[in-house]
Amino acid sequence: MSKIHVTTTVNGDEVEYLCDPRETLLDCLRDRVGMMGVKEGCGTGDCGACSVTVDGRLVCSCLMLGAEAEGKEIGTIEGMADGDQLHPLQQKFIEHAALQCGICTPGILVAAEALLKKNPDPTETELRYWLAGNLCRCTGYDKIIRAVMDAAADMREAS
Amino acid sequence: MASFANSKDSAKLGGCPDHGDLMNYHTPTSFSDASAIASATSGVTRFLAGGTDVLVQLRSDLVTPDDLIDIKHIEGVKDITQRADGGWDLGVAVAGAEMTEHAALIADWPGLVEGMDLIGSTQVQGRATLVGNLCNGSPAADSVPGMVAAGCTVTVTGPDGSRKVAVEDIPAGPGRTTLQKGELISKVHIPARGENGGDAYLRFIPRTEMDIAVVGCAVNLRIEGDIITEARVVMGAVAPTVVLVNDAATAIIGSTLDETALDALAQAATAACNPIDDKRGTIEFRKDVAGVLAKRAAKIAYGRAKGEAQ
Ligand code: FES
Ligand code: FES
Repeated sequence: MSKIHVTTTVNGDEVEYLCDPRETLLDCLRDRVGMMGVKEGCGTGDCGACSVTVDGRLVCSCLMLGAEAEGKEIGTIEGMADGDQLHPLQQKFIEHAALQCGICTPGILVAAEALLKKNPDPTETELRYWLAGNLCRCTGYDKIIRAVMDAAADMREAS
Repeated sequence: MASFANSKDSAKLGGCPDHGDLMNYHTPTSFSDASAIASATSGVTRFLAGGTDVLVQLRSDLVTPDDLIDIKHIEGVKDITQRADGGWDLGVAVAGAEMTEHAALIADWPGLVEGMDLIGSTQVQGRATLVGNLCNGSPAADSVPGMVAAGCTVTVTGPDGSRKVAVEDIPAGPGRTTLQKGELISKVHIPARGENGGDAYLRFIPRTEMDIAVVGCAVNLRIEGDIITEARVVMGAVAPTVVLVNDAATAIIGSTLDETALDALAQAATAACNPIDDKRGTIEFRKDVAGVLAKRAAKIAYGRAKGEAQ
């Protein structure tokens, strides 16, 4: 009975794991790589809590198999801060109180960062559409949108 | 199957032997190998490209494949290439996000691309594919009316080689396709846009985003001067499969899309509907909306054919 051996890169570090063919990337990241910042909300692609980037592309890790990560570059929330230095998006989420329970937050931060890499100056409408697949059941979206717009403005100034 | 289960390309999980809960994961490097694997197995097979439907089915125990065949290791499945005739060939694992980032493809076929772009969230767009949407067999699939309106074909590879099939001949009913055992789609072919053409897709949903079409309509047409010379009108979510409505095309061919032609188009679109009543829309509502969407989509396609920015 063989498991699949996967070699992949997570936040710049090469990692290896053995997984079952049916195991999702979400489960592999949490249970085999220890990236507990990747959250499971629904497991069916509806909530965005499990958002990661794969070769720079934003995806739901619950909609991908762990085996499919072979040779890919995965980015999770754990790779966002620079040591103790929070990413501007993380900093602004604290300042704007853009989280309550926090389960949606890692996915929203990863998704927002992916947008700002592609488009550093999004309109609020573009941002709202981009984040339409990230559900938050407690904070309400306004604070989240304001935090991202504010972070985007700061990041544009800094660059 | 045994020969494949032992190959180095596959692995087997013995999660729950009592329930026969095994799944072989294959990563063939050619479509003929993929077809051979699917032909040789006696169990349930699924092909894995974007996985946005397959993984949901796995997770909810709706479908537990014995053999899952990941086709992303086959060369060219991520390619968008323009042919010498001006048309386009799309690999079967090209994701929606890759289509919406392709300016030249959008310039040629904005309606086809906007249909694909309506599916799911940003995250889903990062993985979801045209072929997955087609083979999932939903009558409400947003990318299918645009493909049919454009006159797209697909290459089907099977045990006896490859053949080209019109997209409208793939769906057989909700959740079913005409593909036979061992067959899979290996390429999507979009015709050359040519001069003075335009296409558009519109759908009705009760929300602003992230929903399933209650009615969808794609129109593709060509004009000479102000007169429509060619048209294809396709309705989604109003019958067991998408419907190519020839009467609706006839209603606008030869016209300048004046009010009389638009009314005839709406009538033909409504008449072609054979919808279900469900919580998202009644039969009466769907029929009415079909006519409205057909008119609006035709106007957008007509404007695009005239080179008006939309
Ligand atoms: S857990 Fe993946 S989208 Fe909800
Ligand atoms: S903070 Fe609780 S779900 Fe968003």
